[in-house]
Amino acid sequence: MANNFPVTRAFRGTALDCIRGDRKVFQGLNFAVPAGGVLVLSGPNGSGKSSLLRVMAGLLRPAAGRIFHSGAEIRDDPDAHRVDLHYVGHQDAIKPALSVAENVMFWAALHGMRNDEAVQAALSAFDLRDLADLPGRLLSSGQRRRANLARLAATPAGLWLLDEPSVGLDAASTQSLEDLIAAHRKTGGMTVVSTHTALQLGEVKTLALDHFEPTAPSILDDEGSA
Amino acid sequence: MIRAMGLIIARDVRLTLRQGTDIIMILMFFLIATALFPLGVGPEPNILARMASGVLWVCALLAAVLSLDHLFQADYDDGSLDLLTLGPLPLELVVLAKVVAHWVVTGLPLILAAPVLALLLNLPVDGYAALFMSMALGTPILSLMGAAGAALTLGARRGGALIALLVLPLYIPVLIFAVGAMDAAIAGLPAKPHLLILASVLATALPLAPWAGAAAIRQSLD
Repeated sequence: MANNFPVTRAFRGTALDCIRGDRKVFQGLNFAVPAGGVLVLSGPNGSGKSSLLRVMAGLLRPAAGRIFHSGAEIRDDPDAHRVDLHYVGHQDAIKPALSVAENVMFWAALHGMRNDEAVQAALSAFDLRDLADLPGRLLSSGQRRRANLARLAATPAGLWLLDEPSVGLDAASTQSLEDLIAAHRKTGGMTVVSTHTALQLGEVKTLALDHFEPTAPSILDDEGSA
Repeated sequence: MIRAMGLIIARDVRLTLRQGTDIIMILMFFLIATALFPLGVGPEPNILARMASGVLWVCALLAAVLSLDHLFQADYDDGSLDLLTLGPLPLELVVLAKVVAHWVVTGLPLILAAPVLALLLNLPVDGYAALFMSMALGTPILSLMGAAGAALTLGARRGGALIALLVLPLYIPVLIFAVGAMDAAIAGLPAKPHLLILASVLATALPLAPWAGAAAIRQSLD
C-alpha cells in the first residue's frame, strides 16, 4: 500500500495514552503534523517527550489511541511507517570499532542508499569529512551526535522524530541541523522534535506536554512506586 | 532484503574481528575447559577416549553460551537496536542476520578447533567424521537458540548468567544427538539417524528462533 503519500502526507495521533511502569505519563493526547510541518514538544523533564517520540516511532505501544502516518494507521501497516521514518534518540548508535564513515554508510546502505556521494554529502553537512576515518571510540559526545544526525541527510524519509537532537552540539552544528530541517520541510517532510534549547526552525507548532498530565494523579495511588 | 541482511552480517563480523578478543576468548575457553578433563580424570587413554565425544560437546556448548551476551547487548546499550527495529528490514530477518554473523565468529572457529582438541582427548579415529558433521549441524542450532535466549534477557540485570540458565536446557537435545552420532560412529554403527534428528532440530529452529528473538526484542524496547 505504498507511495500514495504525496497527496495525503500527514502525521497525526488521536487520544493517546501512555503508561510506563505503573504510572500514566500522558493521556488524551492529540497531535497533528501537516506536510512540511514542524511540531516542537516542550515540557519539563519526565513530562513524556521521549515516551511520546518512541510511541510515534512505533517502539512503544500506546495504552490507548491511534496514530496515522499518511492516512494509514501505523499499527495496521508498520512496514510503510518504518520505511518512511528517521528516529534520533538519546543514544547515538555509533559503533566504537567502526569509523565515522562506516557508521554513517551502514545505516544509509540499510535504508537502500547505494550512492556513496550521498553519504559524503551527509558527512559534509555536519562537517565530518575530516573525521571520516576516525574510529567511533575516539569521538567526543558532540561529534558522535553529529555522526548520528548525518543519517538524516544521507537517506530521505518523510518523517523525522528527533529527541533533543541539539544536545552536545556546538553553534555551527546546531545551525547545520536547523538548515537540514528547513531543507527537509521544503520537500514536504514532517518533523517532530523535542528540545530544551531554542532551535530556530521558523514557523512551528508547539505541543506542551504538561497539558496532558493525567487528571487523576496516577492510575495507582503512589506515583513513585514503580 | 538479502542485501540488507548481508550488510548486517558484514557489520557484525567486522565488529567482532576488529575487537578481536571475543573469538580468541571463546577458543581459549574451549581449549582450557577441554584440557581440564585429562587433568581431572587422569591421562588414561581409554577413559579419555570413552569420554571424548561428551567432553568436546559439553565444552562447545559452554563456549557458545559464553559468547551469547554480546549478541544483542551492545546494540541494545548504544541504541542501534532501536534503529535496526525501525529499519526497513523485518526484525525477524535482522535477528537471523545477527545469528549468521554469530555463527561465523563462534560456531565456525569451534568447528575448526574441535578436531585438534579431539586429538588431545584421544578420540577414536572413527569418530572424527561424525564430530565434524555433528558440529556442522549443531553449532548453527546453538547460535539460533542462543539468540532467542539472549533477546529474552535484554534489559535484565546479570543478563549473562541468566542466558546460561535459559539456554543450556534448550541445548540438551543437541548434546544428546550430537554425542549419540559420535558414539554410534565409534561403535561402528550408522551415525546417520542421529545426524538426521540434529538436522530436523536445525530445520525447526531456523524459522522459530528468529521469530521468538524478534518478539523478545520488541518486548525489551517497549
